[in-house]
Amino acid sequence: MSGVLAGQAHRDSPVFTGETLLELDELVVEYATAGKPVRAVDHVNLTIKAGETVGLAGESGCGKSTTGNAIMGILRSPAAVTGGRILFRGEDIAALDVEEQRRYRWRNVSMVFQSAMNALNPVMRVGDQFVDMMQAHEKIQKKDALERAGDLLEKVGIDRRRVRSYPHQLSGGMRQRTVIAMALALSPELVIMDEPTTALDVVVQREILLEIEQLQKELGFAVLFITHDLSLLVEFADRIAIMYAGEIIETAAARTLFDSPQHPYTVGLMHSFPPLTGPMERLIGIPGSPPDLADPPAGCRFHPRCSFCVPEKAHLYARQTTERPVLREVGPGHSVACHLVEEGGA
Amino acid sequence: MSAVEDQTLEVVGLSKEFEVPGSEHFWQRRRRLHAVEDVSFTLRPGTITALVGESGSGKTTVARLLARLYEPTAGQIMFEGRDQPKRANREQNLHYRSQVQMIFQDPFDSLNPVKTVAHLIGRPLRIHKIVPRDQERERIHQLLDTVGLVPPDVIATKYPHELSGGQRQRVAIARALAVQPRVILADEPTSMLDVSIRIGVLNLMLRLKEEHDLAFLFVTHDLASARYVADELLVMYAGQIVEHGPTETVLQDPLHPYTRLLLSAAPDPNAGLRAADLAARTPQDITVDDAVGCRFVGRCPLAIDVCSTTPPTLAQAGRGRWARCHVTAPERNA
Repeated sequence: MSGVLAGQAHRDSPVFTGETLLELDELVVEYATAGKPVRAVDHVNLTIKAGETVGLAGESGCGKSTTGNAIMGILRSPAAVTGGRILFRGEDIAALDVEEQRRYRWRNVSMVFQSAMNALNPVMRVGDQFVDMMQAHEKIQKKDALERAGDLLEKVGIDRRRVRSYPHQLSGGMRQRTVIAMALALSPELVIMDEPTTALDVVVQREILLEIEQLQKELGFAVLFITHDLSLLVEFADRIAIMYAGEIIETAAARTLFDSPQHPYTVGLMHSFPPLTGPMERLIGIPGSPPDLADPPAGCRFHPRCSFCVPEKAHLYARQTTERPVLREVGPGHSVACHLVEEGGA
Repeated sequence: MSAVEDQTLEVVGLSKEFEVPGSEHFWQRRRRLHAVEDVSFTLRPGTITALVGESGSGKTTVARLLARLYEPTAGQIMFEGRDQPKRANREQNLHYRSQVQMIFQDPFDSLNPVKTVAHLIGRPLRIHKIVPRDQERERIHQLLDTVGLVPPDVIATKYPHELSGGQRQRVAIARALAVQPRVILADEPTSMLDVSIRIGVLNLMLRLKEEHDLAFLFVTHDLASARYVADELLVMYAGQIVEHGPTETVLQDPLHPYTRLLLSAAPDPNAGLRAADLAARTPQDITVDDAVGCRFVGRCPLAIDVCSTTPPTLAQAGRGRWARCHVTAPERNA
C-alpha cells in the first residue's frame, strides 16, 4: 500500500510487513444517558499494521480516547461498544469471554496513559507493580519478575535500582518512562499511547519520543498515538487519522497530510499552530467550538464551523447540511470525508 | 511622556525563596529553595512580554509575585514609578489590583461554578466601583463583546459549566478587563484549551494589546505561541533569567544553550525528529541551596572550566539583548 510506503519514506524504517494487526470495522461506541445515547465513536474504520505508528488526532471530546479505550477493552459503563467490530489479527475482541479479554489486555495490546501519576499506585514500590502485572499474566517468581522489571527500566533509561522507589520519588518524566516500560513488559504487538507526553516539558517530551522510536525499532511493536498535538504527529507518526465529533474525517500518510491537507477542519488545525521558523502571519484558527455529541449537527458535523459552507452555493449547501459525507479516497492512501472535496474543491 | 509613565511595571532584583521541608535533623538549617532569584524586567504598555521555561523554572512564581499573591523575599516591584510596599494595606492592594490583573491557566478552576457570567464579571465592577449600579449591565455586555463572546445578553446568563473551555477563558479575560487594568499577567492562558481555540485567545491578546495599550506578561512553555504574540522574550531556567531580548532576535539567534535546547526540542513539522541535538542528562536539583557555578552546567554542551566554579551574570550581548552564559555572552570587563 502506498500510504504505508509513503510512511516508510518519511521515517526510513522499512519494517512494515504489510500485515494487518488491528482493524476497526465500523466501530460504534455509545454512552448511555438519561435521554438519547451519546455516540462518541461513530462508524470508525481504522487499520494498524504491524510495526506502524498511527496517530489519532483531534480535540477534546472528539472520541479519540474512547476509541483507544475500546481497543484496549477497558470501556466502562455507561460507555459500551454498540456496533461494529474490533479485530485483532482477525479475531473479534468483543466476542472473547472475560478471561480471554483479560489475557488479551497487556499481552497483545497495552496502553500508556496521559497521567503517569494516576496510572501508578502511589503506595506501592514501582518494582512491586511490575511484579503484580507479570504475575497476573504468567507464572513467575517474584525475584525473577523484579529482575525483569530492572531490565525494562534500564531499557527506558532509568537506573534499575529504581524498582525500590515509590512513584512520588520519581520525576514526571521518569514516571512516564516507567509506565512505558510497564506497557512493554509482556512484549505486546500494539501499544496505545493516550497523550503520553502532554503533561511533560518539551525537552523531556522530545527525549521520550526519541526513546519510543528507538524501542519500536528494536522491539517492532506498533503504536496508536492519541494526541491533540498535530505538530508532534507530523514528525512522529507514519500515518495520521483526524477525528472530529466521533468520526474520522481524513486519513493520510503523515507527510501527505502535512503537505496537502484536504478537509477544511484539517486545514484549520494546521493553521492553528504558530510556526517556530519561517515567516509569521496572523492565524485564524477555527471559529466556533466542537459540537455537543448529544445533539450533533445534521449533515456534515463540521458544517457550522466550515467557511466553505455558505447558502449561496445552494446545491453544495444542501448536501453539507443534510447528507453525512463518507470517507473517499482522493489519492494513494489518502481519504477525506467532505462534500466540497468530493465535488472538486472551492 | 516622562520615563516614569512610560514604564508601567518594573521589577528589580526580585527573589523568592521557599523553605523546603525534609531536612534530616531538626537542628540543621532548613533547606531553602530559590524559586526565583534576582529577576529584573519591565512590562511596558502596548507590549507583550513572554516568559518561557520548563515546569519548575519559576515562571509561574514570577507571575504570582507580580500579582502580589506571594510576598517577595527580596527585590522591588515598581509600579507607576513608585516602589510597592512589601506588605500593602487594603487600600493599596485594592489600587494595585485594579491596575494589575491576573488570568489563570485553568478556566475550569478559576471561575466560581455556582455564579452566572454576569455575576462573575459584575463583582469586580462593584468592588472597585467602576461604574454606577444602573450601568453595570451595559458594561458587562460591553466587556463580553470586547472578548468576542456574542450575543452578550445570552452569555451573561450562563453558568461556567455551560461554556466551552475557550469561552470560559474569555470570561476570565473579560473579568480581568472589567477593572480597566494597565497590566495583565496571563499564566499559561492557552495550555488547557483545544488547539483550534488557542489561536483565538492569542489573537484576542494581540488585539487588546493594540486597542487598549495594555502591558502583558505571557507565561508559557510554548515557544511557538511566544513567537506569535510576544515582542519581548524572557527565558527562565532554575529560577533565573538566562536570556532576554526581542522575541524574533532571540529565536533566530539564541545565545544561551538552554534557549537552544528548548528550540531544538519544540515540535516543528519542518524539522525531523532526529535533527534535535539533546542534552540527555536530566536536570539536577540545583535550585536548592546555593549552587556553585552556572545552574545549567550539568546539561550544557558548551561548558568550560569556569562554568562549574563561577556563576555567570546576565550580561549585555548586543542591542537590547542579555544572556547569562560564560561562553556565548562573556562579561565585557571580566
